[in-house]
Amino acid sequence: MATVAERPPAASDQARAAERRRRRRRSARHRQLVALAFLSPWIVGFSLFYVYPMAASLYFSFTQYDILSDPVWVGLDNYRFMFTGDAQFWPAVRNTIWIIVFLVPLQVVFAIGAATVLTRVRRGLSIYRTIFFLPTMVPLVAAAVAWVFLLNPGGPVNRILGFLHLPEPLWFYDPAWTKPGLLMLGLWMVGQTMILFLAALLDVPTQLYEAAELEGAGPWQRFRHVTLPMISPVIFFAVVIGVIRGFQYFTEAFVVSQSGDATGLDNPIGYPQDSLLFYTSYLYQQGFEGFHMGYAAALSWVMFLVIMACTLVLIRSSRRWVHYQGGFK
Amino acid sequence: MRRRLIGLLALALLAAACTAGGGGDDSTTAASIDPNAQHDPLTLTVWSNFSGREFDVTTGVLQSIKQKYPWMTVKHVGGKDDAAILRAINGGTPPDMAISFTPANSARYCKTGAMQDLNPYLANDKVDKAAMWPPAIFSYTQFENVQCVLPMLTDAYGLYFNKALLAKAGITEPPKTLSELTAAAEKLTEYNADGSIKVAGYMPLLGFYSGNTVNVYGRGYDAKWYDQSGQPSLATDPSWAKMLQWQKSFVDSIGYDKLQKFAAKLGGGDSEWSAAHGFEQGKIAMMIDGEWRTAFIAADKSKVDYATAPPPTADDRTDLYGSGQVGGTIIGIPKGVKHAAESWLLVKYMSTDSGALTKLSDGLRNVPSTNDALASSELASDPHFKTFMEIFKHPKSTYKTLTPIGQVDEDLFGTFGQKWQAGKVPDLQSGLEQLDTQIAKQLQLG
Repeated sequence: MATVAERPPAASDQARAAERRRRRRRSARHRQLVALAFLSPWIVGFSLFYVYPMAASLYFSFTQYDILSDPVWVGLDNYRFMFTGDAQFWPAVRNTIWIIVFLVPLQVVFAIGAATVLTRVRRGLSIYRTIFFLPTMVPLVAAAVAWVFLLNPGGPVNRILGFLHLPEPLWFYDPAWTKPGLLMLGLWMVGQTMILFLAALLDVPTQLYEAAELEGAGPWQRFRHVTLPMISPVIFFAVVIGVIRGFQYFTEAFVVSQSGDATGLDNPIGYPQDSLLFYTSYLYQQGFEGFHMGYAAALSWVMFLVIMACTLVLIRSSRRWVHYQGGFK
Repeated sequence: MRRRLIGLLALALLAAACTAGGGGDDSTTAASIDPNAQHDPLTLTVWSNFSGREFDVTTGVLQSIKQKYPWMTVKHVGGKDDAAILRAINGGTPPDMAISFTPANSARYCKTGAMQDLNPYLANDKVDKAAMWPPAIFSYTQFENVQCVLPMLTDAYGLYFNKALLAKAGITEPPKTLSELTAAAEKLTEYNADGSIKVAGYMPLLGFYSGNTVNVYGRGYDAKWYDQSGQPSLATDPSWAKMLQWQKSFVDSIGYDKLQKFAAKLGGGDSEWSAAHGFEQGKIAMMIDGEWRTAFIAADKSKVDYATAPPPTADDRTDLYGSGQVGGTIIGIPKGVKHAAESWLLVKYMSTDSGALTKLSDGLRNVPSTNDALASSELASDPHFKTFMEIFKHPKSTYKTLTPIGQVDEDLFGTFGQKWQAGKVPDLQSGLEQLDTQIAKQLQLG
């Protein structure tokens, strides 16, 4: 009787295991391909409209480039000029820091104040809420033009100041008053942040206030030790977004400095006296008036890195002062 | 993963390097066709930044080319500034003809080939440039012998004066020198009881209206922006310092704050383009402005009784009297157009045809830009307007020196001027030297 040579069981198990692994790999690859197929529109969009432009602008930042001619590699010259040779760079940086330092905290305080008032309103809340929110619906350019009219030295605001025998500033014609004028415009448009704070305030559990009251806490202590910690995630969000917007502050300043200048010659960008020359307006001037696209790309990369750094610092600092319900970090 | 990321970045950088500034044929040979031969219908696209009434007037004249070439139709697209035109050229989809309001950008257009050199087209059609145009137009339409754009009308700056106010002050003729202007302004300026200005004889503040620029004042001194080697000469040409000192002493004689308040109460720059304009309201007795003001005065139904004259010159440069700052709308054929020969027919029509230019000039109230159109224009019979036509024809009228940085130098000097008149520049010479350095660095950026 012929004996049937049986394959050793160990080898058979190995083959089956290898086959299972192959199937798993095939299956995993298939799942990956399916996922990739579903993700592909986003990947294509992200690569084309984010990765490529960013890589291109990084490359251009090391070149002399005017859009029309081929870029010429200049190494770090653009960055060197920015920090050591450009007389307009630092005034633009100073103006930008000014608007961030004053506008962001004021917007947060004003928004919290307005939201707090709204939480006390018994009747007609939706009307007041709409009134506060309405300015954010106005396009930025239209809002800026409206404030140019309001703060015109012969305009309504100065007429009221004159009636009250108060000094009448020249607002957007006086470099000392241009940025305070923009602050007022910024506070007028605080509705979006205010709505966030209103939602956050209404979300604070009432039992916390009751407990604080039983402990003898007064209104200020309740606000300081209950309200503020409970809305701190929204404050954090408002500050981060405000700082980023501050670095990108452009439209309002550009419209105000160019208002009434149909020829584009009598009011340089930043008028008057560079008091409204913000980082992005300077970037615009270099890119689209001087066609120094290489230098403008370098300016934009420095801004990107500074925004990243500031955001990281804020996120790091948030561990100390932002409190999440349920202890989420 | 790290390798993949590095690979992806390298690929993107390579792609960026390969695609940058690409595209387009740089050749400047003149394409030509016989316009009178049989042609398939063709629509040419024209981009400009015109709007409102001016857009309609320009569209009408552009479309009138159909009378000359029945096979040609023009589609006029407004709201396109220089940046939009450049983007389209760079993207390989330029309009067939581009209209720009910024002559300061001509140097860049010519240097980079963004607009095609029109010299071969002009030579092909035997257009005698010197006979066709007054010399002033070449100061803002060509760069390093490349004629990449041509003028489509032009602007000229002159002196407007309120005849009634001058007569009341016993001034019988308009000032011809800056000293005469200052003296007349002093006589004409009236004050309110609180010391504020009621009527300004002249507003010397830089950055006030369009005529209050360093460029316009600098023409009265023949001040040079750049020296022979192409370096900024604001500190080395003493004319600039003289001009700024004259302007500052004029401002100080009235008071910077008073002038600022007066300007602001008029509505600042906004009033320039409305019926609240200080001159039209009789609150400013004299001003330097462009020829377009004649149309605004009529349109705003202002009752001001006025006349025009050439702008005053420096006391020691009376030889310049009659000339002034000129420069206006430019047109050209962008790089990469599909129908260059047909585009040229349109550019030629809009820049050389007397009928088209006269019609456009009548509608827009800008100075006709060719010698023929200047001679045949009915506007020459308007004494207010004729002054500006004469200024344009003057051999010493010119635009500022063109450079590839466009109007960045004017912006820098404009801001410097504002600080100077506000008393924030302690040392003028040192300030001008720093300004020269800043402009030179901008030039180095390319």
